[in-house]
Amino acid sequence: MLNEKEKLNKKIFDADVEQVPLRNGFGEGLVQAGDADENVVGLCADLTGSTRMQAFAEKYPKRFVQMGVAEQNMAVVASGLAASGKIPFITSYAMFSPGRNWEQIRTTEAYNNRPVKIVGSHAGVSVGPDGGTHQAIEDMAIMRVIPRMHVITPCDTNEAWRATLAIAQTDSPTYMRLAREKTPVMTTSETKFEIGKAYEMWRSEKTDVALIGCGHLLYHALVAAKELEKEGIGTVVLNSHTIKPLDDDSIIKLAKEIGAVVSIEEHQAAAGLGGAISELLAKNNPVPMEFIGVKDVFGQSGTPDELIAEYELDSKAIVKAAKKVLGRK
Amino acid sequence: MTLNDIKIVELESTANTIRQDIIEMLLSAGSGHTAGPLGMADVFTLLYFHTMNHDPENPNLEGRDKVVLSNGHICPVQYATMARAGYFPVEELKTLRKLHARLQGHPHREFLPGIEASSGPLGSGLGQAVGMALAERMNKGRNTDNYIYVLMGDGELNCGIIWESAMLAGREKLQNLIGIVDRNGIQIDGYTWDVMPLEPLKEKWESFGWHVIEVDGHNFTALDEAMGEAQSVNDKPSVLITHTIPGKGVKEFERDYQWHGKPPNKEEADMALKELRTLGGKIVCHDCD
Repeated sequence: MLNEKEKLNKKIFDADVEQVPLRNGFGEGLVQAGDADENVVGLCADLTGSTRMQAFAEKYPKRFVQMGVAEQNMAVVASGLAASGKIPFITSYAMFSPGRNWEQIRTTEAYNNRPVKIVGSHAGVSVGPDGGTHQAIEDMAIMRVIPRMHVITPCDTNEAWRATLAIAQTDSPTYMRLAREKTPVMTTSETKFEIGKAYEMWRSEKTDVALIGCGHLLYHALVAAKELEKEGIGTVVLNSHTIKPLDDDSIIKLAKEIGAVVSIEEHQAAAGLGGAISELLAKNNPVPMEFIGVKDVFGQSGTPDELIAEYELDSKAIVKAAKKVLGRK
Repeated sequence: MTLNDIKIVELESTANTIRQDIIEMLLSAGSGHTAGPLGMADVFTLLYFHTMNHDPENPNLEGRDKVVLSNGHICPVQYATMARAGYFPVEELKTLRKLHARLQGHPHREFLPGIEASSGPLGSGLGQAVGMALAERMNKGRNTDNYIYVLMGDGELNCGIIWESAMLAGREKLQNLIGIVDRNGIQIDGYTWDVMPLEPLKEKWESFGWHVIEVDGHNFTALDEAMGEAQSVNDKPSVLITHTIPGKGVKEFERDYQWHGKPPNKEEADMALKELRTLGGKIVCHDCD
């Protein structure tokens, strides 16, 4: 059943569950972060509307810099602003930032230790009809290997809002990943958020498989958990919204308790959240694992739902993976 | 303060000492870049010993002028200049490129106080300087008299990001941003005009909204005047295209692109030091052979 302590959306399993794009929560959070601290500044590479930086730009025009289509320059200018005490949020599509400007982020933000907040919207295959060129499914991997970089993938608009407020207050360069499409709202404004702290969204009475995920696919994990319970298979669904620093303790504890893990992310199955979990468990407590993620191919055009199904990222695929990993216990 | 003859002789002497430091550092390191640092010794000397508002005792001085070295590979000249200006002991120069040294092969701001931005991968310094200048604008409006000096190589101007940053600085009319391009005509693979022609360079910068000054990078009077002109422009960023001789001061190294990225061996270093210590007859070195 749903974890009551976390004050999740009670209508989560309703057919008409509220659906809102994650980026909306970011847009609202950024304005609020800007209200709280005048050093918060916004930079955007010609995508102010679709990344939802528009509201901040309108409220604080002198603290907003329109970069034009120049993501590399956006990364380094943000570093210079941070050098002078600003807290820059830079936004574009994840494919272009951090996709195109990775070296600038590594050198001038991480190596240089400047607390720039990189917000990559439109990540994952659920970008939909724009096709494979615009579907960032390698971004968490390339960011989590950079020393000092925090990597956060919120699960819904509320979590994106809370994460935005939280990352504005750290001294770390940070990557936050957002998605384009409307997705189910799983948390509420009362759900807590702490960087680096995973939490359980669901726990069955008996536990056979741990489903550890991030981002909006956690909705599919919850649907799968309910389905599996009907079939007599108990699960825990852990929201590991912070890919780095990973919540080692919670994940090791869960692996020890349950002994089988399925990782879930709208990303390459390699080197993202699943990769991080498998690195951790291989060293500390090896258990059988299955990986829900894109299997070393590029995306393509289609509707978001079609693509989530096509690349086996949906609840059906999660149920299948849970059964498979259970058979390997 | 304008330069008088005595000050010019002092600056020339300091620049010569810095060139000797560069040769000794590179010999000790066994790797690194020779031509660019020697060529930029005069510009660095003028910046740190005359032009800039800074305090070696307090590298984080509020309201200081800042240097961003976009072409990080010429850092031996910055290190030597900083040591001679009093940022750290001159003896430390011999630790260049050694394990745990503060003097990294390319500058790291966290290792060495006084370095404003870690750099090395080319093209990224100008944008960082633009960010710093924008922050000044946000904090103080247009009335700031803190200048951001950003040093760039001419080969570095091949990088697209330089022109992204130049475009933004032009749009924002960042009058407290002063670019300095080391127009020495060499890059790793050859002469700039063979690898990737840059001309008409002055017109390129002008078309991006910059005030452009072409200047002899080894003439202190001319350089000082150019700095003054750049500071006085109040409606756009300025860039000095400083024409320099790569390897300046050591005839055998001068204008030869092969000295871009290699250090001298012992024999070459001895020869270079001897030549620098005689200063082409300008100053007699009584201690030399």
